[in-house]
Amino acid sequence: MELLEAIILAVLAASTPLLLAASGELLVERAGVLNLGVEGMMIVGAACGFAGAWATGSTLIGALCGILAGVVLSLVFALMTLGLAVNQVATGLALTILGVGVSGLIGAGFVGERIATAPRLYIPGLTTLPFVGKILFGEDAFVYVSLALIIGMSWFLYRTRAGLVLRAIGDNHVSAHALGYPVLKIRTLAVMFGGGCAGLAGAYLPLAYTPFFVPGMTAGRGWIALALVVFASWLPGRLVIGAYLFGAVSILQLHAQGWGVGVPSQLMSALPYLATVVVLVLISRTRSGGSTAPAALGTVFVPDR
Amino acid sequence: MQLVLEKRAERSTIIALVSPVIAIGLTIVTMSILFVIIGKNPIAALNVYFITPLTDAYSLQELAVKAAPLVMIAIGLSLCYLANVWNIGAEGQFLVGAVAGSWLAVKTNGTDAGVWVLPAMLLLGAIAGALYALIPAFCKVRFGASEILVSLMLVYVADLLLDYLVRGPWRDPAGFNFPTTAEFDPVATVPLLFEGGRLHLGAVIALVIVVAAAVLLGRTIKGFEIRVVGAAPRAARFGGFSSNQLVLLTFAISGALAGLAGIIEVAGPVGHLQPGISPGYGFTAIIVAFLGRLNPVGILIAGLFLALTFIGGEQAQIAMKIPLDITKVFQGILLFYVLACDSLILYRIRLIMPQRKAADGAA
Repeated sequence: MELLEAIILAVLAASTPLLLAASGELLVERAGVLNLGVEGMMIVGAACGFAGAWATGSTLIGALCGILAGVVLSLVFALMTLGLAVNQVATGLALTILGVGVSGLIGAGFVGERIATAPRLYIPGLTTLPFVGKILFGEDAFVYVSLALIIGMSWFLYRTRAGLVLRAIGDNHVSAHALGYPVLKIRTLAVMFGGGCAGLAGAYLPLAYTPFFVPGMTAGRGWIALALVVFASWLPGRLVIGAYLFGAVSILQLHAQGWGVGVPSQLMSALPYLATVVVLVLISRTRSGGSTAPAALGTVFVPDR
Repeated sequence: MQLVLEKRAERSTIIALVSPVIAIGLTIVTMSILFVIIGKNPIAALNVYFITPLTDAYSLQELAVKAAPLVMIAIGLSLCYLANVWNIGAEGQFLVGAVAGSWLAVKTNGTDAGVWVLPAMLLLGAIAGALYALIPAFCKVRFGASEILVSLMLVYVADLLLDYLVRGPWRDPAGFNFPTTAEFDPVATVPLLFEGGRLHLGAVIALVIVVAAAVLLGRTIKGFEIRVVGAAPRAARFGGFSSNQLVLLTFAISGALAGLAGIIEVAGPVGHLQPGISPGYGFTAIIVAFLGRLNPVGILIAGLFLALTFIGGEQAQIAMKIPLDITKVFQGILLFYVLACDSLILYRIRLIMPQRKAADGAA
């Protein structure tokens, strides 16, 4: 029972950065923009988040620094793809390459430093409940924020007028523009939101997951988050299932290594990446009848006045 | 003030030619500012970065040694990008090619195998790279899975495979537990062009590939098909070109070239298989492909330029204690400027001032 509790806690912790980054990207893609720079924004978010928390001793300020870093990078992406109509795939790659370098520069001075991990929720009476107490009422704020984000996003996309407009822009930007909606402005806001989420997801790693900064510590999580959006068929609710499934795979491989399962550790470490490939193949195949992707995803839009 | 793009009636040929130069210029200006921010003298830093590597024979050879894999990989990637498919896993194909070729070198190590070993290794590397690249291509044409994500995931897998092999079955028994294979035999090593130098046969192979790609794209139907499928997919369908077949073909070629680059790197400058054989060649080659405007000759020039950033980065770290990561920042910024300047080929930028509107309102 205690082992199970520990495993569930670990899965939640491993899933949260994926969920945060993927939910931001989901909204971006729903607006018809494909930002492949999630990995780059995450890794800079991790470096800035650590720097902020290290300088002030506050997890909150660290998280805000991470968000800010993600937003700044996403604005560069927006200027390129929305302002200058540059190919989104290439720009996203550029953002990732730049992000890895920038985070290395910022983080160089922090390697080996430690900070206190993010405080966990504690409600007397509830958190001390056996088994469910710690899982439901003893998480760090990031876990609750990530779930609140999903609920908020579902509400926004399907219950508000602005959400409807955003989805319309993602499916047909020409019609939306003809109806008088500010396509590029709304897309810019969506991209900024995605950047903030990616930055927060990155900041989660040094602030709550491990109490130190390691160069390249995102280890492809940004790319897995992109795959999760496909897995979720662009539906926020399914993102939760996907993220926790992937969190479970990555924790499983750690435990399997601990139990001394007779396979090379490198094979176990490769599991999350292989699982991503398998999931992409399966999910893309079952959707052969018609894609659920936003119809205008990744296409360039230049309004003619 | 508002920024508005206006479509040009025709592609601007002048900007198409000068845009890489403008991009490099803007990058150097941005880097100077960055050097000032991190407290280094920008003139001295740029000098170490771009001028000193060009002043001695050793560095010039090193430049060609580093440019060779970049050019080889970028040529393959340019075919994919021209056909509008996105292979971004060249780093993985590079590593798998290195692993496959090294297998033969490890197996024949210490035996008196003949001169056939090296050609066989190069062939193995190219085949393995091609097969590895065909995984995302096949997933795309058969299942509709994103080739971007699949090819990238396989980079991490390839990295772990190499790590496993050099720490496990292929580790040099006499290597003091270092994660490396034994040093390759002379017959399994890419020969040097001059005795005692650094320049090896790989540079010549890269040049041959540049010429072959120029012929393929400029003089053959296949090359024409690749360009049409990318630029006008609808027209290509009417023309009866199979885009699926071209996805497989362009991925196979780019994988083979990346794999070849991988085994040449291991059997040439490195001399044995070990983790970290690539300083990110597979990713930098993406920048090379774009900076070279997806054109073989352009890629050759761009490859030399980006090789310079690797060498300059190393020298700047030694001479001025500038962190090595600045090279990646530099490369990322360069790609941004290249892409932004390319936009000017198709569009004119107009800044619209809101003052007139305000004046109208007042009147």
